[in-house]
Amino acid sequence: MTVRARAVSLISGGLDSMLATKMVLDQGVDVVGINIYTGFCITGHTQAIRFKHKEKPKRNNALWVADQLGVELHILDVVAEYKDIVIHPKHGYGAHLNPCLDCKGLMVRKAREWMERHGFDFVLTGEVLGQRPKSQLKSKLPIVARDSGTEDLLLRPLSAKLLRPTLPERNGWVDRDRLGAISGRSRRGQIALAKAYGFTGYAQPAGGCCFLTDANYSAKLRDFWRYREKKDYELDDIMLLKVGRHLRPRPHFKMIIARDEGENRFLQGYCRRFTHLTSDSHPGPVVLLDGETNDEDVALAARVTARFGKGRDEQEVRVRVTAMDGSARIMSVSPWSSEQIPEDWYL
Amino acid sequence: MSRFTLDARNLICPLPVVRTQEKVEQLRSGDELEVVCTDPGVLHDIPAWCRIHGHEVIEAVEREGELVVRLRVRKLEG
Repeated sequence: MTVRARAVSLISGGLDSMLATKMVLDQGVDVVGINIYTGFCITGHTQAIRFKHKEKPKRNNALWVADQLGVELHILDVVAEYKDIVIHPKHGYGAHLNPCLDCKGLMVRKAREWMERHGFDFVLTGEVLGQRPKSQLKSKLPIVARDSGTEDLLLRPLSAKLLRPTLPERNGWVDRDRLGAISGRSRRGQIALAKAYGFTGYAQPAGGCCFLTDANYSAKLRDFWRYREKKDYELDDIMLLKVGRHLRPRPHFKMIIARDEGENRFLQGYCRRFTHLTSDSHPGPVVLLDGETNDEDVALAARVTARFGKGRDEQEVRVRVTAMDGSARIMSVSPWSSEQIPEDWYL
Repeated sequence: MSRFTLDARNLICPLPVVRTQEKVEQLRSGDELEVVCTDPGVLHDIPAWCRIHGHEVIEAVEREGELVVRLRVRKLEG
């Protein structure tokens, strides 16, 4: 009896890892999917929080891919471990605070650890030679294999024919001739393959899958580190950086202002941990104050809060200020105009 | 068979699924788990996770502004 090889596939939820997994599944290999949750993943968060794009399905793409392919998927929470990658990336950052090469190394390492724990044979990824400047250059792929400890057990099915044969190929667990020779930033090869497999409804690439590749998000994280005077974070800190408008009127405090009902609901979950403001007389945003504030700061924040509510054109708006201990007071303020809020307060 | 509840309110995707995954690992085949969430994505994600892993979804509904997914754990014994 032939024993089927068993592989662990890193499934991000994008098309590349879906194709790579399918390519190996079709060769009779048993595949289990692993999805890594770092805290910075774009999939899910923003779509779940905000009310916009309501027509789009609110789905986790990795689960969707696994469901489509009929493979198990295990989501690994690496939030705590990931901190060191973000704060001290051995290979440095990309254009923003994205530690792509270190990140890939960690993800593949987690897959390898899972492989070893469960007696699987090799790891596969959807990496495409030359597709991403930081982590998928020909010179960088061996770094991922080395840092992750997978070395010869790491198969990149989409580009395999352009790379040195790995152990799964040499051992005949997979047929190299039936693997891909895709390279570069063009998506033509992947789209043609998706069509050949009959895949529809897969996630479209929209500027990456990680908030750390986003200039605005990175600017907010830098600001957070600067004013906390410490390069560190907790999960809630990085979640809050994804939500609302962030304004820093003074060095010692910033305001997080919800932009719609979905964000209002989300920020309400944090109200016990921050002094927060809401408009009492008109519909408006939930606003969190992050930092130590005095009466003058709160008065300023109340006027800014009024500016972002439905009472922005009124002479007076009543704003409720609730402290962390639950005590509340009402302030009657005249809303600021948008011109009164300096541009450089916006993060 | 025992019934369990998991509070996954104020967690957003994929954490409700991650917590469900962790909880189910501790349960036995036939146990029921009710997961209470606020992230609307769970109505799709937890049933998808259950399908993949062979657990049974008893119901996935919105109730008083919260999302509730009730599932029955299915595991191969032995």
